[in-house]
Amino acid sequence: MSLNRFIPLAVFCVIAIALYVGLSLNPSNIPSELINDPTPEFSLPVVGGEEVSFSSIDLAAEDGVVIVNFFASWCAPCYVEHPFLMKLKERGYKIYGVAYKDKARDTNRFIAQQGNPYYKIAADEDGRVAIDWGVYGVPETYFIKNGIIRYKHASPILEMEFEDKIVPILEGVDE
Amino acid sequence: MIVEIGHFALILACLLSLIQSTFPLYGSLKGKGRLMAIAAPAAYGQFLFVTISFAALMYAFVVSDFSVANVARNSHTLKPMLYKISATWGNHEGSILFWTFILSLYGALVAFFGRKLPRTFYVKVLAIQALVGLGFYLFLLLTSNPFERIYPFPMEGNGLNPLLQDPGLAFHPPLLYMGYVGLSVTFSFAVGALIEGRVDAAWARWVRPWTLLAWCFLTAGITLGSWWAYYELGWGGWWFWDPVENASFMPWLVATGLLHSAIVVEKRDTLKAWTILLAIIAFSFSLLGTFIVRSGVLTSVHAFATDPERGVFILMFLFIVIGGSLLLFALRADKLQPGGLFAPISRESMLVINNLLLSVAALVVMFGTLYPLLRDALTGEKITVGPPFFNLAFGFLMIPLILVMGLGPSTSWKRADLMGLASRLKFVFAASLLMAIAVFYAAGGGEIMAGIWLAVGLWLLLSTLYEWAERVKLFKSGALARILRQPRASIGMSFGHLGLAIAVLGMAGTSYWGAEKQEIMSYGDKVSIGGYDVTFENTDGVIGPNYTAVRATFSASRDGGKPQILKPEARVYLTPPMPTTEAAILSRFTGDLFVVIGEANNRAYDQWAVRLYHKPLQVWLWGGVAVMVLGGLISLSDRRFRMGALKGAKK
Amino acid sequence: MRNLLSLIFLVMLSVSAAAVGVDEKRLDDPTQEARAQEIMKQIRCLVCQNQSIVDSDAALARDLRIIVRERIIAGDNDEQILGYMTSRYGDWVLLKPPFDGATIVLWLSPLLLLMVGFYVIYRNQKLRKSNVSSEPLTSEEKQRLEQLLNNEGRK
Repeated sequence: MSLNRFIPLAVFCVIAIALYVGLSLNPSNIPSELINDPTPEFSLPVVGGEEVSFSSIDLAAEDGVVIVNFFASWCAPCYVEHPFLMKLKERGYKIYGVAYKDKARDTNRFIAQQGNPYYKIAADEDGRVAIDWGVYGVPETYFIKNGIIRYKHASPILEMEFEDKIVPILEGVDE
Repeated sequence: MIVEIGHFALILACLLSLIQSTFPLYGSLKGKGRLMAIAAPAAYGQFLFVTISFAALMYAFVVSDFSVANVARNSHTLKPMLYKISATWGNHEGSILFWTFILSLYGALVAFFGRKLPRTFYVKVLAIQALVGLGFYLFLLLTSNPFERIYPFPMEGNGLNPLLQDPGLAFHPPLLYMGYVGLSVTFSFAVGALIEGRVDAAWARWVRPWTLLAWCFLTAGITLGSWWAYYELGWGGWWFWDPVENASFMPWLVATGLLHSAIVVEKRDTLKAWTILLAIIAFSFSLLGTFIVRSGVLTSVHAFATDPERGVFILMFLFIVIGGSLLLFALRADKLQPGGLFAPISRESMLVINNLLLSVAALVVMFGTLYPLLRDALTGEKITVGPPFFNLAFGFLMIPLILVMGLGPSTSWKRADLMGLASRLKFVFAASLLMAIAVFYAAGGGEIMAGIWLAVGLWLLLSTLYEWAERVKLFKSGALARILRQPRASIGMSFGHLGLAIAVLGMAGTSYWGAEKQEIMSYGDKVSIGGYDVTFENTDGVIGPNYTAVRATFSASRDGGKPQILKPEARVYLTPPMPTTEAAILSRFTGDLFVVIGEANNRAYDQWAVRLYHKPLQVWLWGGVAVMVLGGLISLSDRRFRMGALKGAKK
Repeated sequence: MRNLLSLIFLVMLSVSAAAVGVDEKRLDDPTQEARAQEIMKQIRCLVCQNQSIVDSDAALARDLRIIVRERIIAGDNDEQILGYMTSRYGDWVLLKPPFDGATIVLWLSPLLLLMVGFYVIYRNQKLRKSNVSSEPLTSEEKQRLEQLLNNEGRK
């Protein structure tokens, strides 16, 4: 019996293991290029306002954990996510919102109906700042600690995921 | 009630497959005739019960029984009947049931046409076939029950994705599955032969028609899918190297290799272990493809993020079937006696190179498809392996393959004379090169790869014709009689190779000389593309059975000739609400003119986004594949393949 | 099928679905526009399956097309434009994986597999030649062979 005959079996085993691991991976969850980088530079008006009143300087000035949430009133999953953002606010997290390609009127209605978890909401009407952040859909959420991006989450954040995955990362970066 | 009967029939079929895969196998090993006698009736019974089951599901779709969860999720009362029926296999549960239905159909066909096979071997083949079936029955019953009821049930269904509401796509899955599943027969023959410990010319002769049948279906199915992508998606593309496409292409490559290596086993009684391995791998790729498509592991659709049970189940099943058969191969392949020797320049060698290139191509497609996953699993980094990689890697392997294809049929078995071969074919080679250069310049030049593909396609075309002319001694008296007396298998071979040559030329034309324009047009505007002057005439509103649409009218004329009318549509379906485009295509022998209408500007509706493509020789691609399939069918009708002809081979 | 999948994905991430822009400006210089199109063909539409931004109706793809054109006007070369994309979206955004340490195996796989294949064939042939056994056929085999041949002869 020659060992060569086992090569196909061995190759198959490697593939099977990779597929098994692959089952638990999320092919659409693309890690951000900006992890462990400072936030990209930007300056945006707040929703409904004209003058620049929200910029990267605001974020750089923050100590501790800040959350930046890209959302839109036309985005169905954002409604799913919203209650949890409200909860985060209650727990004392400071959340900056960026309204992605949304009209001020619609954003305001969204906030009026759903509640306002945000400390400040910037209006990114042409979506260019979002591209600088590497956003490819909404909602996407960035977790920033001491001015450095530590984690990005695409799609609505679930409470379980936040507790199990994101909190440890944010706590761990101090060491 | 009917739905419950369907469910019950499925359970019965599952039990029958359990019986069929165990007792007869045991009987054949111990020489117990009574146990062996169970196999065939069990195979017929399985087929009967799965047919009942599948018919029950189809009935639920036809009458829009929304108390069945599957129907509620995937159908809608407003849908045309054809798409109610095709929705039966257009969803996860239904498609697996359909898979199983075809598997049992092949099981019954083998049971019927294989009656003259040596008894113990016949029984083993049926047992293996049932074992594969058992895995699918369990998968259906345990994780994907298509007959699950819901309560309270909705008054209306969710509808089927409008892109799938197309005749091309209604028939694409059945053909593809006939191909995928047809390879299960080859697989059962291979595993049966490994257990028996013998492979000979007779084995190859039994296996070839089944492989050929599966290959024909697979070729037609893949092409129908590609054709659908071409006219329905509206980007003028026909192959995207998408994981789902690759999943069907890998078994095709291996099955093509298998067709050729089985010839060597049949004629020269050598390459046995390799052929067995190919037979196993071909079906393994079918299963792997089903896994990739069904699990969403590569395709970003979280099908399993919500339901990992299914993914794990299929993977376990893959592991048992593929892993088990490869282990059997590793342990038993040495029992197969090596056959005759052959020289480095011989028909055998050419076929070995063919096999090598096709297998490497299949592996590279697999590696490229799985590479992002492997990388992600190992390092967590995400990368994309897109069409540019596949085009380069695949071209690198296909050009030598086609060059060898031109030589192979003219090479004699065992030992060929290189100088003789060269002197016979040198004019063919020179002629194809000259023609390629002439066409290249006539087409106004272009990328150098375009010229290379052109030359390669012409080489295959001319060398295939030359070999045929030589074989029938075209210019000697009595040629007509000789042409008619050619065995069907060799006529089929000529057609198969000729078809590929035509398809390669079409591919070169459409890939390298195509033109595309994206324009903003108002009524009366003119654009010229690919020699056509295209005028945007007007638009109309259209109300279809389950959509509304804007239908635009374009007129296209060439060299001042009579204008042809094209009517592309931009549709919005009602359930689910979704916009789609229906391209208008003017197909001519020399090329396709392809017009897509996009959105109007929101305010005045006086400007429209229009995309126009000119695709030279596009019909050659489809026509070439049709000739290939025709070749396969001609070959299949060869008398030697008829099962009755095996009477003499019976023990 | 792929589009179905990308659509599901699209709905999931809720990217605003506008069609190919009526108001999308091309570059005035046709050679520059052609260059832009070539670059766009290499950039993946992030919310689609294996599709370039040239072929996609997604809004994000359109935004990226506009950026490519802007960068060209700004005088960036091809690498700089692709670099602009990868610095935001990573190598994921490139349809053609870069040739580097991590992808060298991928890029060389056709050649490596081919070489391995030729080696195996070469070795097998040598092995076979060295221990060819000219065992005569068993009587059973002879009989089978004869039957097969006869059978063919009858046709």
